[in-house]
Amino acid sequence: MATQEIALPGVRPSGVSLVDRLHGLVVTVDHKKLGLMYVGTAIGFLVVAGLMAVAIRLQLAIPNNTLLGPDVFNRFFTMHGTAMVFLVGMPIIAGLGNYLVPLMIGTRDMAFPRLNAFGYWMFLFGGLLLYFSYLGAPGLSGSGSAPDVGWFAYAPLTGRAFSRGHSTDYWILSLLLTSVGSTVSAINVIVTALTMRCRRMTLMRMPLFVWMMIVTNFMIILALPALSAAQIMLLIDRYLGGHFFDTQSGGSAVLWQHFFWIFGHPEVYILIIPAFACLSEIIPVFSRKPIFGYPVMVGATTMIAIISFSVWAHHMFAVGMTSMGNTFFAISTMLVSVPTGIKIFNWLGTMYGGKIRLELPMIFCLGFLFQFLVAGLTGIMLAVAPFDWQLTDSYFVVAHFHYTLVGGLLYGIFAGFYYWYPKALGRLLNRKLGLLHFWLFTIGFHLTFDTMHFSGLLGMPRRVYTYAPGRGWGLLNFITSVGALLQAVGILCLAINILRSSRKGEVAGDDPWDAWTLEWATTSPPPEYNFASAPVVRSRRPLWDLKHPEDPDWKYE
Amino acid sequence: MINEAFLQVAPEATEWKLPSSRKVAVVCLILTETGLFSIFVAGYVFYLGKSLTGPTPREVLDLPILSTICLLSSSVTITLAERAFNRDRIGRFKIFWLATIVLAAIFLASTAAEWRRLIYQKGLTISTNLFGTTFYSLVGLHASHVVVGMCLLLLVFIFSLRGYVNIMHRERLQMISWYWHFVDAVWIVVFTVVYVIGR
Repeated sequence: MATQEIALPGVRPSGVSLVDRLHGLVVTVDHKKLGLMYVGTAIGFLVVAGLMAVAIRLQLAIPNNTLLGPDVFNRFFTMHGTAMVFLVGMPIIAGLGNYLVPLMIGTRDMAFPRLNAFGYWMFLFGGLLLYFSYLGAPGLSGSGSAPDVGWFAYAPLTGRAFSRGHSTDYWILSLLLTSVGSTVSAINVIVTALTMRCRRMTLMRMPLFVWMMIVTNFMIILALPALSAAQIMLLIDRYLGGHFFDTQSGGSAVLWQHFFWIFGHPEVYILIIPAFACLSEIIPVFSRKPIFGYPVMVGATTMIAIISFSVWAHHMFAVGMTSMGNTFFAISTMLVSVPTGIKIFNWLGTMYGGKIRLELPMIFCLGFLFQFLVAGLTGIMLAVAPFDWQLTDSYFVVAHFHYTLVGGLLYGIFAGFYYWYPKALGRLLNRKLGLLHFWLFTIGFHLTFDTMHFSGLLGMPRRVYTYAPGRGWGLLNFITSVGALLQAVGILCLAINILRSSRKGEVAGDDPWDAWTLEWATTSPPPEYNFASAPVVRSRRPLWDLKHPEDPDWKYE
Repeated sequence: MINEAFLQVAPEATEWKLPSSRKVAVVCLILTETGLFSIFVAGYVFYLGKSLTGPTPREVLDLPILSTICLLSSSVTITLAERAFNRDRIGRFKIFWLATIVLAAIFLASTAAEWRRLIYQKGLTISTNLFGTTFYSLVGLHASHVVVGMCLLLLVFIFSLRGYVNIMHRERLQMISWYWHFVDAVWIVVFTVVYVIGR
């Protein structure tokens, strides 16, 4: 799946046969190749899971539609959610971290290159196993197909009695595999950033991207085991006759929710912090100013990470916790908005008075700022427990988290693509196609997810495969579906752009954006050894110092 | 265009020391394992006394004094082995390393005996009740970590018998001992929760 996106010119020597190139990908331990393989595979899964979302939206476009039956619909939203979180979000983070962290800290590879390759292959096989469930899950009993229990797989739906066949087992095992991959890759990034920085790059001279990667990967190694543990318990229930989540024998279905969200809520911050990381590199470069409030950014990121471990039960206001519990989780959830707000103000402060260049990466960052702000505001609304009781499991919630993950994470990632693509492949992405991508996707995004808020407020529950006419949801849903199609066309523009520009794009040169961090000091694409000799830095912006010897940063640090 | 060569300011005399990659990696591994065990311990505590049928912990569990003493003293022997190794006294190192393996084996054997007694005499299996489910999962998870640790210990022991272990491997042995101390520390938690508080 990955080979199409990643076997691009500039990376491969000419005249090498396809088999040799594939073999090269299989045996490689180079962090740059693995990084591109991660991102390429993730784009592959993004297309598959995105097409599932389009199918879901086509089904919901008009009332009483029969395009997807209820069982197929359940599988589609389960596979869409699971794949987007574990096979798109997580590997893109791993890919960006892999590719950029060693370059940004001026070293030649990750701390454990072979472990790095192991992590990628675990992720890939985990992902393939999840999709193989369409063929393998019916098993001998002939029941079930792909997983259909939702991405958070609430008990007791996942018990042996309610989920026959092997679909849930595929969900468990494939995610356990990808979790192993994510964990080792996270450990690798942390170790690399903490122990392999070039001379005189102290912690407070690291690019913010690296800082945020350290934080997000720490969250991965602390949060993922909660999911793995819960999944092991579920396997024990399903195969050894255990009773962890078996309500018939005194087990608790709510305990699964606690365990899942102890992982699940940090997970959404794990996904969004890398987008923050991209913004924190891109906004300064295109505002021609150093980042505003570097130490505060570091502190705010760490605060988000810490607070995110104490908010999980805001996903569970509706299960009937004590009012003490509700109050605690409502307040801690609102607390997250403080460091997040600090970040938004810091980015605005960076832009304020800057000489803003509206290049493609910056345009996507601007989209991020507006959309993530709205997502944060609906987040605060949902943190109010009584408000949540009204709207829990409605399309308002769906709109909220898609606003953070699509309007936030994906825009940050797109900005990163447009920013670092010239570094990775040596050529710039086409600006016209990029603008087309931006406008199609942004208009589609707002058509889809703005209207979703209203269908949610009007009482439309999530995960229904169809609805009766005359409830006032028809027009809103139709607009939502039109928006989904526009987004798909936008993604198509990006895919064409990525493939076309790799051959025909304008040659980028080593430093097309006049940037300041070390990855732009080497050639594009970087040689296998990254830097001919180990760099030494004296400030947070080593390339600024180099280009402006008359007024270097280190004088002021 | 930027010439990389510009970036190499003459390597200054200033010290540039970073932590060891191996140590940071093992600390991260231990952190993530701690997360895993925390959830299982939380599950055990949550279900204490919630079983609908017997047997209860009070009825069937005995304090595993011998195995606890063995496992905890294995932390001492591995430290002594490391110390001997660092002083280049390989013979002494081998003795203490072997002692660690033997103590771990005794621990595993007494766990096996305990499980056998519970299953065949007391009729407690993983599917009997919530206590059985949580007990075997938590103790089994810990025991599987002891098994992994024992494999590492045995590997090093075999290598040392063949003379392959030398001072270059100092940090690797240290990492194994860190992992081993962690497994011991987890047992203290499991012992307290399962056999002291939960009984």
